[in-house]
Amino acid sequence: MLAPLSWLKDYVDIDISAEELQEKLFSCGFEVEELTYLGKDVNGVVVGKITKCEKHPDADRLTVCTVDCGAHGVKQICTAATNVFEGALVPCALDGATVLHEGGVQKIKTGKLRGVLSEGMFCSGEELGINNDFYDGTEVYGILILGSEAKVGDDIRKIVGIDDYIFDIAVTANRPDCQSILGMAREVAAVLHKPLKMPALEYHAAKTDVKIPVTVKEPALCPRYIGHYVKDVKIGVAPQWMRRRLALCGLRSVSDIVDITNFVLLEMGQPMHAFDRNFLRGGEVIVRRAKEGEKIVTLDKKEFKLNPSNLLICDKQGGVALAGVMGGLNSEIKPDTKEVFFEAAKFARDSVRKTSRSLGQRSDSSARFEKGVDAYTPELAMDRALHLVEELGCGVPTSYRTDVNSADMTPKQIVTTYAKINALLGIEVPEAEVNAILTRLGFAVKENKDTLTVTVPLWREDVDGYPDIAEEVIRSYGYEHIVPAFLSKATVTHGGLTHAQKLELKFKNTLKAEGFMEACNYSFGSPKDFDLLRLPEYSPERNAVEIRNPIGEDLSVMRTTLAATMLQNIVRNVRRGNDSGRLFEVANVYLADTLPLKTLPEERKKCVMGLWGEGDFFDMKGAVEAVAEAFELNFIFERAERSYLHSGKTAAVKLGEKTVGYLGELHPAIANELALEKPAYLCELDYAAISKKFAKDITYKNLPKFPAVRRDLAVVVGEDVTCAELTACILRACKAVTRAELFDVYRSVTLGAGKKSMAFRLTFTPDEKAEKPLTPEAVDGFFRKILGNLEHNLGAELR
Amino acid sequence: MDENDNVLDEAQKDAEQAENSRALYEVKMKYLGRTGRITALLKKMKELAQEDRPAFGKKVNDLRMLLEARFAVLEEIIRQKELEHKLESERIDVTMPGKRKREGVLHPVTRVKNELIDVFAGMGFEIYEGPEIESEYYNFTALNTPADHPARDMQDTFYVTDEFLLRTQTSAAQIRVMEKKKPPIKILSPGRVFRSDDDATHSPMFHQMEGLVVDKGITLCDLQGMLDEFARSVFSDSSKTRLRPSYFPFTEPSVEVDVSCASCGGKGCSLCKGTGWIEVLGAGMVNRHVLENCGVDPDEYTGFAFGMGIERIAMLKYGINNIKLLTENDVRFLEQFKD
Repeated sequence: MLAPLSWLKDYVDIDISAEELQEKLFSCGFEVEELTYLGKDVNGVVVGKITKCEKHPDADRLTVCTVDCGAHGVKQICTAATNVFEGALVPCALDGATVLHEGGVQKIKTGKLRGVLSEGMFCSGEELGINNDFYDGTEVYGILILGSEAKVGDDIRKIVGIDDYIFDIAVTANRPDCQSILGMAREVAAVLHKPLKMPALEYHAAKTDVKIPVTVKEPALCPRYIGHYVKDVKIGVAPQWMRRRLALCGLRSVSDIVDITNFVLLEMGQPMHAFDRNFLRGGEVIVRRAKEGEKIVTLDKKEFKLNPSNLLICDKQGGVALAGVMGGLNSEIKPDTKEVFFEAAKFARDSVRKTSRSLGQRSDSSARFEKGVDAYTPELAMDRALHLVEELGCGVPTSYRTDVNSADMTPKQIVTTYAKINALLGIEVPEAEVNAILTRLGFAVKENKDTLTVTVPLWREDVDGYPDIAEEVIRSYGYEHIVPAFLSKATVTHGGLTHAQKLELKFKNTLKAEGFMEACNYSFGSPKDFDLLRLPEYSPERNAVEIRNPIGEDLSVMRTTLAATMLQNIVRNVRRGNDSGRLFEVANVYLADTLPLKTLPEERKKCVMGLWGEGDFFDMKGAVEAVAEAFELNFIFERAERSYLHSGKTAAVKLGEKTVGYLGELHPAIANELALEKPAYLCELDYAAISKKFAKDITYKNLPKFPAVRRDLAVVVGEDVTCAELTACILRACKAVTRAELFDVYRSVTLGAGKKSMAFRLTFTPDEKAEKPLTPEAVDGFFRKILGNLEHNLGAELR
Repeated sequence: MDENDNVLDEAQKDAEQAENSRALYEVKMKYLGRTGRITALLKKMKELAQEDRPAFGKKVNDLRMLLEARFAVLEEIIRQKELEHKLESERIDVTMPGKRKREGVLHPVTRVKNELIDVFAGMGFEIYEGPEIESEYYNFTALNTPADHPARDMQDTFYVTDEFLLRTQTSAAQIRVMEKKKPPIKILSPGRVFRSDDDATHSPMFHQMEGLVVDKGITLCDLQGMLDEFARSVFSDSSKTRLRPSYFPFTEPSVEVDVSCASCGGKGCSLCKGTGWIEVLGAGMVNRHVLENCGVDPDEYTGFAFGMGIERIAMLKYGINNIKLLTENDVRFLEQFKD
């Protein structure tokens, strides 16, 4: 919301600096995002009167002028401009001045032009950053020739209207009433403890017999519609002061009648529209929903096909304006318009928003309606517009007005107590202070014993309870009055992470200890990710929840697997020259029962790990084993296949019969597609499933009374016998062997093709109840039994 | 008995030739071993007359003792030499790097989240995590943001269906908690949130941490007291907070909370754009309608809520200048957040 200081000053006697006002507004809830001094780049430019013009002795195109700059002295300035003459008042940038030049700031210095001294430069409007809307006669070719009101020696900024500040104010969504100069002026008046000077609203109504009846068929979408007839219109150009204000707020001047509607929009926050009455067919206005397929061409010559969700302002034959969005081309104000029908209405914000969004047609008016317009302001705005018509002399306001009003215009009353207000704030604001604050903000306050009856001004539709009143009080009284306390009256509660949350943290720390860095990816990805992962057509992962309005296709489906984003992380790292690394992510995937969603999808926590550069399959597996050890999980690893993994280097991770994850080398074809030169390894774990099996807590087990005995065993087996098979066979052979760890694999010509030797370190632990240590003979017996089983079951031979 | 002297000389010579303990041992065995020269001499005793034998025996025995003593000395010398040689030969380059197991790191967002949880858990907050895909009711309607409310435009929402959306705020969890639990309530709810914004300071996904306290007699003063404590714990001991008016549909009054700039101590610097304050979070007293929507009597209970962006806190704490770095997962970035 842009507010020029000079405009605010029309309604409030502001006697502090712009910076001080910025501070005051900030403290009461209006952050000034930018405060701009319009003349900041134009310095040292003064009004000069050319007293003599002579031809330059050495340059035909240059003129040497003698300029009287009043208190700044008499200067000699050379110029190439052709519109200078003796007696002209011109802006002179003297030595050291700054002006605008080609988008930047230019410093002016005294110098010589073809050997003749030039002590400055004459300025065009462009060099001062202005156009005709700021100062008439600006848009000429050459130097800006000033009017006789300019005084020699004066600072040019005051004369051309750039000695002003623009406040760009962030207005919160609950305060649409402050989306206007008048609304902000109300706040400024309150914060400065000054009276508000209302803009002039009076006008003379000429008699008329003309009637333009208005029928509102959709009062819910149009709670109030005011129309007023203006006759004897003579379209012209709005005066300088009005055009300048529009320009300050970023609007361009069109014609006086149209400028009045825009001026009122800025000033009062009420969008208005002016119809050429002669083009209202049938001489009446109907506010109704558009018919399916009905068409309208708006002022900007765009045609729209409408449907019943669009509210349309119609005449007898069809649409003349898209309600709250834009007028129709058929009834627009033209240079020869003689009669005008002004509209000031309240349209429901949702209706305007829907129409504006669905048609992709926005305007200052629709933007304003979307924020919310109250039912009180249309009347104020209409009066103001009529006053301006009269002031500008561009038409004659008549007595014909129609006001179709279904809105409740009874002011809201809130009954509360000082105690309740103070109880919410936690401090005691003096009663007199409460009353003074509310009164300044336009609330009427009535006290009766303990109760306080507050009447809410009609423009404050946001206020509906005592907490709102408390907020009005504290934002004016000042938040610095709040005294920090520490839950003085609250119940003591016990807090902290739940058991499951603590375990998740432990899980992350386990992977961290294995050298993995935690990654964080968006929860959405591309549908192409499934193809990258070579997931089959029937794969459940392809049933991803889709976002209706994604930022782009790349971020359009909710993840059903974390593998794709991890793969992208690896690729990005490798491309950036990070040759090796380990990453993991713990995050939800979103699994839908049915698509489109009928109920909330399952959000299932998963873990993905990625490893590239240094390390191989067994480094990845080691990390999974570390998880198993940390949480006492009995993971079983089995050869498996997964579409995006190397078919010979993939294991399923199982807990009992249930597969809870996969790990393996990235499929070489995918690695090739992604230009990964070295193998990468991925592991996916179903965190939700494994976390259910996490050991509840540590339970101490008694230490054995006698030490364990270790023996090494090397056997020769066929190549297809797996480590898991051997280990399982060893452990099944006798109870005393509690661990069997592979420590060497050896192949040689002597062993023969298709054979390998696998060496295990066996740990024999005496039974907890044993009375004596394990004897070498007993261990020999176990050893023979194990060997026997290995020979029998797996065709192993002792090496 | 010349031979005895010869033995001694020869032994001396042989022993001097020995370069290591193994060679010396062999020399020693040559003279003192079971088949050595001394044994051989003793065997000769048989050839001597009975009366000469004791003297001969004593002489050989003396010789043996002498030899043993000499060998002991030589052995010690050689051992020393060998030890020195071993130490010398085993010299290493101590300037080579040590062997380490490389630890990983937790993501800076997780770090900050854990730190925040520690602060608030100590104050009696429980941690609750709500769903990331939410119904429109929990994300908006129950939070006093009905369908035509302009506040819905404050956040650009990702929709999945008419009814379901990606939650735009962890505030949605407030409702879920209050539906199940009656006051006193102290809840902290961290998690992912989504908004369709994508530029240098906005990410379509980020993390928020919502706090909610509902009890009897809770005031705005309690809110600021707790936020002061938060600021001191997370930023610096001398941090202060400042409240200023703002607007959220689910709180009334609503405030924006600034923390004194830890970088300049409030004097004003480039980080705080010269103001001395940094906007850190939004907060306010829980709106009566929100309490009512959850079946909590607003005349009996009051409460406050606050919500902060975890990325924002992390960026402020660690001086991270671009939010995108937090989801790029570049290991050179991540490894800077080692414990």
